[in-house]
Amino acid sequence: MTETQALMATLNASPRRAPAPRLWRRLLRKPEAVVSIVFLGVVTAIGVIYPRLRPDVVTQFAGDATGMLSGPSSAHWLGTDGLGRDVFERLLAGAGPTMEGVGITVLVVLLLGMPIGMIAGFFGGRVDAMINWGSDLVLSLPGLIIQLVVLAVYPANQWLAMGAFGILYAPRLARIVRSVALSVREELYVDAAIVSGVSWTFILTRHVLPRVTGSVVVQMAIVAGIALQVQTGLAFLGLLVPAPAPSWGGLIADGISNIALQPWLIWPAGLATVLTTLAFGVLADSLRDAGAEGWSRQGSRLLLAARRRPASGSGKPAVGAAPPEDAGPGSDVLLAVEDFGVAVTKPSGGETLLVEGVRFEVAPGEIVGLVGESGCGKTTTATAVMGLLPDGAHVTSGHIWYGGRDLTALSEAELRRIRGKEIALVSQEPMVSLNPAFRIGWQLAEVVRRHQSGLSRADAERRAVDLLRSVHLPDPEQVARRYPHELSGGMAQRVSIARALAGDPDLLIADEPTTALDVTVQAEILDLLREIRHERGMAILLITHDWGVLADMCDRAVVMYAGQVVEDASIEAVFTRPLHPYTTALLEANPQHGAAEEMLPTIPGVVPSPGDWPVGCHFEERCGHATAACGEHGVPLEIPAPGRLCRCIHVDRPALLTLETVDHGGER
Amino acid sequence: MTSAKLDVAPGEPSPGPLRWAYGSAHRWLGRHWLLGTMLRRALTLVPLLLAASAINFILISFIPGDAARDILGDQASAEAYAALRQELGLDLPLWNQYTNWLGAAVRGDLGTSLATNEDVVSVITERLPVTLWLMVGALLVIAVAGIVVGVLSAVRRNWISRLIDIVAMIGFATPSFWIGALLISWLSVSLGLLPASGYVAFGDGADLWLQSLILPVAALGLSSTATVAKQVREAMAEIMGSEYVRMALASGVSYPSIIFRHALKNAAPRAVTVIGLSAVSLVGGAVLVEALFALPGLGLLSVTSVQKHDLPMIQGLIVYFAVMVVAINVLVDVSYAWLNPKVRKG
Repeated sequence: MTETQALMATLNASPRRAPAPRLWRRLLRKPEAVVSIVFLGVVTAIGVIYPRLRPDVVTQFAGDATGMLSGPSSAHWLGTDGLGRDVFERLLAGAGPTMEGVGITVLVVLLLGMPIGMIAGFFGGRVDAMINWGSDLVLSLPGLIIQLVVLAVYPANQWLAMGAFGILYAPRLARIVRSVALSVREELYVDAAIVSGVSWTFILTRHVLPRVTGSVVVQMAIVAGIALQVQTGLAFLGLLVPAPAPSWGGLIADGISNIALQPWLIWPAGLATVLTTLAFGVLADSLRDAGAEGWSRQGSRLLLAARRRPASGSGKPAVGAAPPEDAGPGSDVLLAVEDFGVAVTKPSGGETLLVEGVRFEVAPGEIVGLVGESGCGKTTTATAVMGLLPDGAHVTSGHIWYGGRDLTALSEAELRRIRGKEIALVSQEPMVSLNPAFRIGWQLAEVVRRHQSGLSRADAERRAVDLLRSVHLPDPEQVARRYPHELSGGMAQRVSIARALAGDPDLLIADEPTTALDVTVQAEILDLLREIRHERGMAILLITHDWGVLADMCDRAVVMYAGQVVEDASIEAVFTRPLHPYTTALLEANPQHGAAEEMLPTIPGVVPSPGDWPVGCHFEERCGHATAACGEHGVPLEIPAPGRLCRCIHVDRPALLTLETVDHGGER
Repeated sequence: MTSAKLDVAPGEPSPGPLRWAYGSAHRWLGRHWLLGTMLRRALTLVPLLLAASAINFILISFIPGDAARDILGDQASAEAYAALRQELGLDLPLWNQYTNWLGAAVRGDLGTSLATNEDVVSVITERLPVTLWLMVGALLVIAVAGIVVGVLSAVRRNWISRLIDIVAMIGFATPSFWIGALLISWLSVSLGLLPASGYVAFGDGADLWLQSLILPVAALGLSSTATVAKQVREAMAEIMGSEYVRMALASGVSYPSIIFRHALKNAAPRAVTVIGLSAVSLVGGAVLVEALFALPGLGLLSVTSVQKHDLPMIQGLIVYFAVMVVAINVLVDVSYAWLNPKVRKG
């Protein structure tokens, strides 16, 4: 619903459909919910009807004097108690006061918690603060003790005792209602309704009430379960239901006093209490699930609508040509990713490809830039190299060659020896990449000790300080004593880099290392990375979407689009002679490229999500050069010129070939 | 370094005496954050105690009859009744009764029991250790078992994880006194392993003391254990999916260190919060368990006082229970600050 529509709906006061009916229908589809509801219905009906039907059971002082404490028999289904009374009858009659107590509490919590919560959330400000203060106070009172005070003054008064519990519990409900009311209050159509003079009582009942219903119903089931426990507890203490009237708590107390002679007696009322509370608990869980399903179902419907086209070819991704040189475990190549693909398993079964046909190489000491818009699979690729794909994601094809080993084939233990020691990672968000609960020095020293076994704790800490110094942090000793939240973003990123250097790796993967930082700090971090490459001869795989960074830092560029590598070329070639239309479009959309007074050209459309990839060229929809042939089948990655890769069927257009001569060629 | 931050900036004019006092108090609290946290929490005791003790007086004001009638019975003469009312201060307006009680309470006098004529404070202090041991024991069970099982099920998301869900639900549904009844039935009556009721003071034999506490502690602690385990599991699972755990893995940190140091220390504040909440609910649970096992603690005392309408005793017990709740909150806050560096410096 758009804002205008919503506004119209409010002004016309047309009824907003409450989610309640659909919630109930979803609920009734769950067998455990149906069982709970039926069970609770039966118990409540017995509690209401049976004591009125058999007042003699309620007032019975003594039963069969000859058959006391007998076990279950055909005459007495659940046996008899210490006074010879029938336990089954007393159990049924006991449901009365028990369920009455539950009802009282639920009623009080509802009548008190709902309006207080709505008022607090809707009016906010001082009213809210006062209510919040009062709630805090009430919630810190020990509940059962307050009930005991009530019962000391008004003996055996269930209405007041359980009502008091309701008052003490109400703030919990009020808080939940408050948060919902607050979120409704902040919506534009409610603002509009207030401005146009609709009364607040109307807004509360029409707009807020339907929205809180779901969570309130869940809470009520929980309250009922807790109230049942409290009622049984007070009855067990003999403070709530005066003898001889039966109650479940009283029956358990009777059972305990006869436990040596007839241990069976604690069971009937105990089980009744457990099962009834369990029914409330299961009902609460099912209600919560049914509410959550409502949301996820809406979500999945949207997803289904968007997912009209099937995912492109299953199995091996379409990579036609062989790479320019042998990409195997050669000596001049540090990292070689070959025909690499990753997929996630959908909850409904089946797979969605995240990346496919990824192919690139990193030579020792080389800085390779991985570019593309967000959602093109750059980070997935980097994560896969580290062997840290999230749960549910797995490699579907290809290899990652590193130092003669295929990383995709290594065990977790073998990968752990590589991580940090041979390949290190610097993340996009420095502030959250450090553990907030430990000092910087401790975190670095742990990694140092991991990579240099036999180092003493003190030596490791000294080395940690050295590492901090090597990334040009001022006063490294003092930084080592700090916690991550005491650092600025730039400092945190330096610390992350220091940690990445701890194992002296040969390859550093830097996943957009400057995105989250201020512009001035960005330049400093890039300088640092460049310095590290020069001093340590470390290769860097730099993930970025910033062409300035790319031009400044990298030797080669690998362009990714919608999960595929679409172009791979030396940095000069990419800027002077881009081959793939996507690369060209990206360059044109680069802010540093155009003149200031011109409108910045943008690429129309968005990157298709995994699962929405077209059968043919992934870029077809947004491409200015697209022809009918583009959508027909998967486009292979080809070698239009030495040292270059491109995934475009139009790449052999004459114009491109003539310009190919100015290409400076590959560096490999 | 912390104190350096709090010092007055060099550019500022020289501070006046008031600002100096404020500044040094601030600096002092900055250095003694633990004490500051405790003080701040302890201050919440004041409104809480006022509210809790007022409830009693407000309730009494609504009923016909009073303590004097309760003591003397219906047959007493009007003169004796009036004399006792005056002696108990019941002839005064309610507000004065309350302020009188408050004034005495501040001096440590909570009055005399109507039922036994004993001093309320001394009766309660005598019984306090029983309740404290019971609660400390139950908290230990909850904390240790809850955290171990929670971590285990977070690391291996298998049948343990599903079992905890079921056990937590059953734990929610099972009253502590019924668990206690089952334990008595099996371990005391059938097997004769442990005493079914009564309490032996620590001084009268440590082994007997321990035996008298095992079943009550189990009854009180077991039902909350699964709840804590569930919370710990949720927290651990969330942390294991966090960026800093991913980055620690990427740096080559070992798996055991990730779980037991990196993740657990971050999960600890949440574990402490839920253990603190359970501790507050244990105050109520202790009443039931003490009644079941005939442990002469504050809980049993409350029940008998209610039965005897011993209002001064009840009033005194409220004060102690409220202090207990605040003490638990102080402990939670302190451990929270100790575990979470952000809170500590903030």
